Amino acid sequence: MRVALFATCVTDTFFPDTARAVVRLLDRLGCAVDFPLGQTCCGQLHFNTGYPEQATELAVRYADVFAGYDAVVAPSGSCAGMVREIHPGLVPDNGHPTVPTYELSEFLVDVLRVTDVGAYFPHRVTYHPTCHSMRMLGVGDRPLRLLRAVRGLRLTELGDATSCCGFGGTFAVKNADTSLAMLTDKMTAVIETGAEILTAGDNSCLMHIGGGLSRLRAGTRTLHLAEILASTEEEPWRA
Amino acid sequence: MASVNRNPVTWLGTPVFPTAAKAALADPQLRANLRNATHTIRTKRAHVVGELADWEQLRQAGAAIKDDVLANLGGYLRRLEAAVTERGGVVHWASDAAEANRIVLDLVRASGADEVVKVKSMATMEIGLNEALADGGVNAVETDLAELIVQLGHDRPSHILVPAIHRNRSEIREIFRREMPDVPADLDDEPRALAEAARRHLRRKFLSAKVAISGANFGVADTGTILVVESEGNGRMCVTLPETLITVMGIEKLVPTWSDLEVFLQLLPRSSTAERMNPYTSAWTGVTPGDGPAHFHLVLLDNGRTATLADQVGSQALRCIRCSACLNVCPVYERTGGQAYGSVYPGPIGAILAPQLAGDPHDPQAASLPFASSLCGACYEVCPVRINIPEVLTHLRADVVRAKGKRTPEAIGMAALAWILREPSRYETAQRAGSLARFLARDGKISRLPGPGAKWTMGRDAPVPPAESFRAWWKRTHD
Repeated sequence: MRVALFATCVTDTFFPDTARAVVRLLDRLGCAVDFPLGQTCCGQLHFNTGYPEQATELAVRYADVFAGYDAVVAPSGSCAGMVREIHPGLVPDNGHPTVPTYELSEFLVDVLRVTDVGAYFPHRVTYHPTCHSMRMLGVGDRPLRLLRAVRGLRLTELGDATSCCGFGGTFAVKNADTSLAMLTDKMTAVIETGAEILTAGDNSCLMHIGGGLSRLRAGTRTLHLAEILASTEEEPWRA
Repeated sequence: MASVNRNPVTWLGTPVFPTAAKAALADPQLRANLRNATHTIRTKRAHVVGELADWEQLRQAGAAIKDDVLANLGGYLRRLEAAVTERGGVVHWASDAAEANRIVLDLVRASGADEVVKVKSMATMEIGLNEALADGGVNAVETDLAELIVQLGHDRPSHILVPAIHRNRSEIREIFRREMPDVPADLDDEPRALAEAARRHLRRKFLSAKVAISGANFGVADTGTILVVESEGNGRMCVTLPETLITVMGIEKLVPTWSDLEVFLQLLPRSSTAERMNPYTSAWTGVTPGDGPAHFHLVLLDNGRTATLADQVGSQALRCIRCSACLNVCPVYERTGGQAYGSVYPGPIGAILAPQLAGDPHDPQAASLPFASSLCGACYEVCPVRINIPEVLTHLRADVVRAKGKRTPEAIGMAALAWILREPSRYETAQRAGSLARFLARDGKISRLPGPGAKWTMGRDAPVPPAESFRAWWKRTHD
């Protein structure tokens, strides 16, 4: 099976450790991934802000870059959601079969059929189910099943977990006050868990919540799910 | 001076959403009221919806019936008109708010009444009927408790189902004391006492009214039957006691047959009040000699609906049955409340319906509404007729962007970004240049960004770009 990593522009540019963690994790599970260098962005920012023509150009590029692979794995629920739910309406059908794009937890549980990835992470962690992974993709409890199998990890439940953190792409700046009101409630719930680390399957949401927690000096940090799953007793993940 | 043709579905003078929201967010009483109310109804709704094993099939059926109605609207409307007329009702057609208001005012004047009682109705709120009647010398009395609170408070509604959701009971007591001439001086703020005061006040109105005005939850095309679904029984009084009943109904409120109501009378109460069945469902067909109103007028209202129907993506908003489930789960509505949307239709459904009905892409307030969402999708998940609200939001955002043209700073920035992202070599160059922003970091944080980034750093630190992107690392280690 030829598997490609779609790093996503946010992770590639700001959080390279997450993409490295995906490579290491999948490699450990016997699945070598390729990183086609023609990839850039799925076009979600443009599409959601009202620029569908520019998003279409990026969606066409995505289809070209990943054609020929058996599967694409992305460490982002919202980018995978954009590709799966929105791209088909943007990219003209060229007769070629569409390469399936999976969010990381879907790829692990549904394709590689593994929930215990052999990880070790001795920390107190809480999990935020990001909106698009939950409602566009329907990843359900896959990330939680993966986290529960991590040795040493103490999982604490996040209150009102399914509420949006208030990121929403350009919403965070166009409606900054409302976004911050939503963020404040999310941070309160995170802090109430007493966790050291908040994890999720999407770096854009984590960038938002993590940026807020950092501003508050809350003492809780954010870490992508991939980096927890990549960590082992022999090789602890140092992000 | 407002233009004669301006659609009153959005309120003249309301600031754009981010500005209106900022003021609402700073009101602790409002925030507490809303959080309490929305969380309570959310939980109850989830419980009663969970009782039905076939909820998803009901949603699909509801969407399919409404789509059939919308696809064949002309035929169904003619069928309804024929059925109502045959049973002794009179049908009027109104293309916009002004025409509907004029028809209703003329009908009231012809009856000789100078006061009318009203059933809670979104359509009449949408067209500003009460104000139009007042201008014509007719006093309209709202008989739904929450609607009465809004009316007596000279206020605006903030929720589709619970228009006074932003008021608490001590505020309501003050409004009643000030505005009800017959209220006891020692009125306290117990809900029972407040309801009793309203009941006494309204009872006199019901018994003296010659004309009632209602909206409609459903109109059955086959039989000409109109339905009003309610909780308090005030609607039942209005549609049975007066001599003349005038119903203003949006043209999309049709269902083809009586048996289609089976679907909607399951979907609506559970989604709306989180009840298995609402207490009062009134249905009437034309007039019945010796029983109920002697005169029945049905005003069929367009007011932007035909234009909305012409939009392939946006028309699904016309499936809406006004349950308000999307408001109750919306994280934006929960914080800002309804008045920030500047329309009788607030929340997620308002953000897609109000701008479409208003039909003016250059109106900055209406144009701000499709952006009043984080696209979290909670609204779509609960919508009983499966309106894909996030899909319509992004569709309407594109309309707004097109109307503003290509020369706005945002459009230029987005075009530049797309130009970079179209070509990996440009993207890599931009990553290397952007990486220099790491030198803005102090103690491992970027707490202040210039330009549009300042809106980000007003409440969040920005990520410090790494010295090496993932792509650069991959090239260095793999190729």
